[in-house]
Amino acid sequence: MLFTSYEFLGFLFLFFLLYFIIPKKGQWIFLLCASCLFYAFSGVKYLIYIGCTTLSTYLVSRRIEEIGEEQKAFIQQKKGTLSREEKKAYKASIKKKQWNWLLFCLIFNFSILAVCKYANFAISNINSILRLTKSDVVVPFFSVALPLGISYYTFQMMGYVIDIYRGKYLAEKNLGKLALFASFFPQLMQGPISRFDDLSETLFSGHSFDIKRVSFGLQRILWGFLKKLVIADRILPAVNTIIRNPDTYQGIYVLLGMLFYALELYADFTGGIDMVIGIAEVLGIRVKENFERPYFSKSIKEYWNRWHISLGSWFTEYIFYPVSVCQPMLKLSKFSRSHFGEAVGKRIPVYLATILVWITTGIWHGAAWNFVVWGLMNCIVLLISQELQPCYRWFHKKFQLEGKWGFRLFQVVRTVLLMSSIRMFDCYRDVPTTFRMFFNMLTYYNWKEIGVQEMLGLGITAADYGILVMGTVLLITVSLMGRSGSVREKIARKPAAVRFFIWYGLFLAVLLFGAYGEGYDASQFIYNQF
Amino acid sequence: MERKKGFIRIGTILAVIASFWFLQRLFMPKYMGKVIDGALIAEYYQETTKHDVIFIGDCEVYENFSPITLWETYGITSYIRGSAQQLIWQSYYLLEETLHYEKPDVVVFNVLAMQYNEPQKEAYNRMTLDGMNWSLSKLKSIQASMLEDEAFLEYLFPLLRYHSRWNDLTKEDWKYIWKKDKISHNGYYMRVDVKPSTGAPPAKKLANYEFGSRAYQYLDKIRLLCEKNNIALILVKAPSIYPHWYLEWEVQIENYAKKYGLTYLNFLELSEETGVDLQVDTYDGGLHLNLSGAEKLSVYFGKILAEKFHIADHRGEAEYEKAWKEKVLFYYDKKQEQLLAWEKEQTESASTVDDP
Repeated sequence: MLFTSYEFLGFLFLFFLLYFIIPKKGQWIFLLCASCLFYAFSGVKYLIYIGCTTLSTYLVSRRIEEIGEEQKAFIQQKKGTLSREEKKAYKASIKKKQWNWLLFCLIFNFSILAVCKYANFAISNINSILRLTKSDVVVPFFSVALPLGISYYTFQMMGYVIDIYRGKYLAEKNLGKLALFASFFPQLMQGPISRFDDLSETLFSGHSFDIKRVSFGLQRILWGFLKKLVIADRILPAVNTIIRNPDTYQGIYVLLGMLFYALELYADFTGGIDMVIGIAEVLGIRVKENFERPYFSKSIKEYWNRWHISLGSWFTEYIFYPVSVCQPMLKLSKFSRSHFGEAVGKRIPVYLATILVWITTGIWHGAAWNFVVWGLMNCIVLLISQELQPCYRWFHKKFQLEGKWGFRLFQVVRTVLLMSSIRMFDCYRDVPTTFRMFFNMLTYYNWKEIGVQEMLGLGITAADYGILVMGTVLLITVSLMGRSGSVREKIARKPAAVRFFIWYGLFLAVLLFGAYGEGYDASQFIYNQF
Repeated sequence: MERKKGFIRIGTILAVIASFWFLQRLFMPKYMGKVIDGALIAEYYQETTKHDVIFIGDCEVYENFSPITLWETYGITSYIRGSAQQLIWQSYYLLEETLHYEKPDVVVFNVLAMQYNEPQKEAYNRMTLDGMNWSLSKLKSIQASMLEDEAFLEYLFPLLRYHSRWNDLTKEDWKYIWKKDKISHNGYYMRVDVKPSTGAPPAKKLANYEFGSRAYQYLDKIRLLCEKNNIALILVKAPSIYPHWYLEWEVQIENYAKKYGLTYLNFLELSEETGVDLQVDTYDGGLHLNLSGAEKLSVYFGKILAEKFHIADHRGEAEYEKAWKEKVLFYYDKKQEQLLAWEKEQTESASTVDDP
């Protein structure tokens, strides 16, 4: 059930209606039932997958906590009788037990994800190797459908169990509540990947109907619809025309396609997240922001701190830090320091952890080499820019560029172009083609070939371009306004007539200019695929 | 103060609803230009008198029978409830709906519609369904007609379907926003121009010549509905030479008519009796009849209605005379208008040919 489908709107309408009618105490149970129903629309059998993840996470997290409690009780019981060494050895054995449970849970759940999402990728690579060795053996592909939102809920639940292992918070004792955390329907399809301590605070409590909150939530949903239907889905035909015909659309068209895709992806993904946060807001549930005006970033590092924030922080917290400070890494660092010097030794753990993070980020996005290379390209650019920081600083100081408006604009444009270039791996979905088109863009100068007729030949009309320009201007304006506080709050302070015309105008824009219904392909959200 | 606020709120809500209603009227196609087929269905609701005969079907009825001729020649009152590529279930539900307004003596159904067992095109669905007044029959017709990618909600709120027309709006859309011109003559689509037939393209071989089960199911429903209401059902095949009418189809319809004691008239085989000559009586090479052809066919068919089905002659009855007088005037006005336009066109094209 797509967020932009009539079915979903009908589902949502009924859901909102009933949510505020039923007693507050039962709201979370109702939400769980609605989430299961929503999930079942994608296939009842998929409930088994999310059910397995929920149950295994629940049992393991409870076991880990029990072991911890046993330890506390044991130490309390033996207080004064155990030596420091004995206590340390006992704690280590307990930690080991907890670790084993955690490892089991991680392996079990990531195996489900691997089989569903990555088995055929692995098989295809094995077959390629077999072909190279002239072998007649062909490994058959695995026929398994990808359960809805598996990457999102698996990562979310594994984050939860790791947090329990780390003792960050107590394990949830109610299986139903944990199931709701895993399956909370608005964020099931495209995130954000929430943390239990962030979400549970409002997810399980009762909420009364608050007109301001509900209005704000609906406004956010409307804004998401505008981004998705008026901008992302309207530019989609032009993006597809350019990307699917790399032999026809070269040079300047590659640049155009790259920028169009940047706009489409932003409008699509942030639009989807706006809907998620808006739906949650109507219900009284706080979901953390996943974007912070990423296209205003002045560097790639900053960009990644502002784009898909929940995924970035997941990888940082659960992969980057543990990997860079794990025992083998520390040993390697020590070895490097002694053999290659302080500078190299210091960098090795960071570099290796960064590479690992970006490979996994790439693979998380999709089971294909283009995503792996995309991840690595991000990693290379990040590491290079990190290494060049002293040079940058010297340059900025020498030419007194820091803080200057023009230079800031240059940095923003540079970051957008750089990110869009890397994203070509996502566009063309094929590594050699992406490299070919990238170099083609830099070396094939056909600026004069592009004209009005050529632009109209990309599958969108002059009126579509008009809407896209207006939509983009609106996006930028709202983003700029958002820097000094909530735009909705600002609008809410305006006189009633102004408020009415703003929201009515926005609704009309979606209604009339949205690319939906007969004659338009119902395009699913790009991040649903991940 | 609170009361004032309440009034403002209610007023705003009403204004919003009114604006959507206005936009919906504006955006919906008017079918007042070159394509008028989509405006036919809705005109029925303006009728003030009842009808002896109701035709249901696609262009095989609304372009081939002239109710005005039936009236003028036999005093038979009739109406054609037809639209482009009207599917058999749409005809059934239109008939069901019509029976809520009136009970005719005869229903005429064109059997070429039996060729379709599944919904075909959204555009044709819209032409039939958008024009219907809201009723249970319309709901059922929508359910039966929707293609896989169509949504019921878009029928309920057509603005959702036509929202993208903001860029295609023409003067026509503004002009006919509240009221449309009358374009049919009791459902008949008049054309006076002539384009002689040069023969039909060769018939395509079909994988299966058996009419579909769904088509039969609705033919049964039409028959049973007529039986239940004591209405005589006549099956007709218009004298159009394209789409091809296969012998296998003919046999099936003949058998069906025989089985249930229905009258079946295949006008393709009655050209001598009707006098229809596709060299002069068609405006598109034999697909549809022009006015001359429709009048000939109606004169022949009216005789059957009057003699075999004993349809009363209403001429001289004040109520009918009043209503039909206007229709006849409109008919001849339009006929004259079209004839003049066509003659002008002919003269212009002749001068273009003569001019070296």
